[in-house]
Amino acid sequence: MELLKIQHIEKYYGNKSSLTKAIDDLSFSVEKGEFVAIMGASGSGKTTLLNCISTIDRVTAGHIYLEDTDITELKGRQLGQFRREKLGFIFQDFNLLDTLTAYENIALALSIQKKPAAQIDQSVKTVAEQLGITEVLKKYPYQMSGGQKQRVASARAIVTEPKLVLADEPTGALDSKSAKMLLERFRYLNTEQNATIMMVTHDSFTASYASRVIFIKDGKIFSEISRGDASRKQFFDKIIDVVTLLGGDVNDAL
Amino acid sequence: MLCKLSFSNIRRSLRDYAIYFFTLMIGVAVFYVFNAISDQAAMTRVDADTREIVRMLGIAISSTSVFVAGVLGLLIVYASRFLMKRRNSEFALYLMLGMTKGKISAILLLETFLIGIGSLAAGLLLGVGLSQVMSALVVSLFEADMSAYHFMVSGGAILKTIIYFAVMYIVVMLLNSVVVSRFKLIDLMQSGKKSEQIKLKNPWVCVIVFVLAAVMLGIAYYMVGWRFTHLSGRKFTLCIAAGLVSTFLIFWSVSGMLLRVIMSMKKVYFKGLNSFTFRQISSKVNTMVFSMTVICIMLFVTICALSAAFSLRNSMNRNLRENCPADFELSEQLDEPYEELDVLAEAQAIGFDVTKYSDDCVHFSVYGDENFTFEGFCGSRFDKLKESFTMINGDISEQVIGIDDYNALMKVFGKDTLEIEDGEYILVCNFKAVQQIRDEVLKDGTQITVFGTSLSPRYNECQIGAIDLAVQPTNIGLFIVPQSVVDGQTPMADFVIGNFSATDEAGKKAADEEIRSLYAEKTREGLGAFSVHAVGGYFGFTTKQEVSSSAIGLGAMATFLGLYIGLVFLIACGAILALKELSESVDSIGRYEMIRKIGADESEISRSLFSQTGIFFLLPLVLACIHSVFGMKFSVYFLEVLGTDRIASSVAATSVILLLIYGGYFLVTYLCSKNIIKSRK
Repeated sequence: MELLKIQHIEKYYGNKSSLTKAIDDLSFSVEKGEFVAIMGASGSGKTTLLNCISTIDRVTAGHIYLEDTDITELKGRQLGQFRREKLGFIFQDFNLLDTLTAYENIALALSIQKKPAAQIDQSVKTVAEQLGITEVLKKYPYQMSGGQKQRVASARAIVTEPKLVLADEPTGALDSKSAKMLLERFRYLNTEQNATIMMVTHDSFTASYASRVIFIKDGKIFSEISRGDASRKQFFDKIIDVVTLLGGDVNDAL
Repeated sequence: MLCKLSFSNIRRSLRDYAIYFFTLMIGVAVFYVFNAISDQAAMTRVDADTREIVRMLGIAISSTSVFVAGVLGLLIVYASRFLMKRRNSEFALYLMLGMTKGKISAILLLETFLIGIGSLAAGLLLGVGLSQVMSALVVSLFEADMSAYHFMVSGGAILKTIIYFAVMYIVVMLLNSVVVSRFKLIDLMQSGKKSEQIKLKNPWVCVIVFVLAAVMLGIAYYMVGWRFTHLSGRKFTLCIAAGLVSTFLIFWSVSGMLLRVIMSMKKVYFKGLNSFTFRQISSKVNTMVFSMTVICIMLFVTICALSAAFSLRNSMNRNLRENCPADFELSEQLDEPYEELDVLAEAQAIGFDVTKYSDDCVHFSVYGDENFTFEGFCGSRFDKLKESFTMINGDISEQVIGIDDYNALMKVFGKDTLEIEDGEYILVCNFKAVQQIRDEVLKDGTQITVFGTSLSPRYNECQIGAIDLAVQPTNIGLFIVPQSVVDGQTPMADFVIGNFSATDEAGKKAADEEIRSLYAEKTREGLGAFSVHAVGGYFGFTTKQEVSSSAIGLGAMATFLGLYIGLVFLIACGAILALKELSESVDSIGRYEMIRKIGADESEISRSLFSQTGIFFLLPLVLACIHSVFGMKFSVYFLEVLGTDRIASSVAATSVILLLIYGGYFLVTYLCSKNIIKSRK
């Protein structure tokens, strides 16, 4: 079943004299329960794409459908409602509130949805267990490691059981061990909890955890590969091949 | 180049500087407005008495201005240091690029200079405008003629304002240079990165400290509010110190406890943005315990000063009717009895004959028995009185008057006469604090002996009244005895009190002017015949007109000084809170951005911001109000000397001013914060 459908979207920046096409006629779709990675070099438009899907930015042309809602048509209050009920966000720099404990950070996503306190407690504990952060729930962000922070941020993103989890360079600020641990959790969420995840990255290793990788270059889809039955290692090699083809500039992320 | 940097810096940090600039401007304006008052009042058509009062007012405002300048100076130093801290990374960049510290100092110097010039000019303009409004108040307070008033600018006040503020700015510049010279590049660069550690205070310690502070405050309140008659100067200072310390402790403990309490209420805490809101508030209060204390105390002083000033002014006019029932009084009061004391004859001897102006006047003497003293009458209760009035002298003879003289005077006053039997006395008093003690003594049925005659009290409480013309009820006691007791005794004081022959207002006024100029003329070369009594004492002539002018003046003076200090304190409080809150908002932009991303509605974010700002502003105000209730209870007692009641209208007036200025700062802060955290797309 198609969860996200992107139809001919375009995003222009600047004015007539100097026009930048960040996204240039892009179309693809994401199935329910998929784990999709978007890869591309800096400036390829991947973050812009994510911003458009997350309604943080508006497209210049085209449509984006989540289930049956055209999210490019949403306005004002609907935007907030859409974001808090349908989407979960994970950012490169965690974006946790430094004044709140891990528990409260996760709970905030639910309390904004006006969930009753008893249910909040239940949900937070469950999701903390899934992500292995039960012991840091009482800690503040400054008392946690980067990996822990990112898992807390992930917990906050999925605790509301969103239709789609959007992750923007989730491993960008993590060391390789923490990155691996986080990605294992993502895979767990994807396979066991059936979460649909869309992740933007320029790191081939990170992308190799996905079930499908979409490559973007200059705002257009350059290529697309699916993992199928291949092992993660084999999929990683395939990704490297495409990256090489794409041009040297992504290689440095290896 | 430096110039350009300074200009663009100011323009860029206008968001931070706006409230600073605004505060400076109001500071300058208030400073000008009050210093211009005496010039303004002098312009209006007022009589000689009022002119004298205006001169006094000018002196009072001048000296208060020094204090006010101190407060404003501290505020400016605080604010500029605060704003500088926010720019550490900018200074780090300059240093990295190879700019010398001298150059940075120069930039800051230029910035302060520009802001100073700008705020001075804007403030003076505003001040000149506001002082025209103020003139309405001046006219009504001095009961002068409005039609004679026209637009005016006080050059003296402008000059004074410029000098005072120039000095303040120069001090700030010097301090800034010192700070810059102590910069270390590494500290500047890391200053932004230091993540604030959130330490939750131990809740039990907080509870214990809170209870302790509350008890301490309670005791201080009790002492000041109910046991003030037993309060010596030292104890009173102790109470104030206790109040200050417990205020600090209460803010300290509340900042820790409030959050704990709310956190334990899961239903409230995990509702909407509440968890975020309360965390924000608690971290703000946590870092501002000391400032909050200072602000709370300043608000307390403001509330008390304003209410006291207003009630003083209100009571003045009412008192006049009560305490000035006759048109004039000629008196001579000595420290020792004097055989030939006759004030009327002495006055007539130098050509000052008051009887010419009056058909309705009495001439009477007041006596004193050196064996019958204040302390002697009060007995053991005198010590109690001494505790609250340390200045009191127990050796003075009690004033004694014959019943016939007293009743004759009451007829002139148009008041009820009293009756007395042989062997009885009546005590007349209207100074409340002393009256209470006197009443207690009378209840015991205390016998007195005056000039060898034994007398017992006719009433078991004091009768309210006085014999001389006064602004306030200040009669601490007058004994009325049968006329035969004082007949043939040596008087200590001699009075002529009466009403002018004229019955209409204009006639009285003309008579008043005439008699006073005559008095001034006759006494120009010393007091003439009066000076023969070298025994020490007091000779005087006063009229209702004179007394009322001084009453109006006193009321006006209180109002102006109260307003002056109150306004300055209010701006200072508002500015500190606003600066802190705004910078907090700048620091929190990222947090709001994040909350927005996870789908909070704008309206919810606004509500959160509103409660944050609101509680931040309200916390010190609430405690200050509680302080004021008890502080006022105390001051009302002392203001009773001046006959203060109907405090409600004064409190209402105070509330309006508080609401306007403090509320204004709150609103501006809220709106600016909202603008700061607005999403930038």
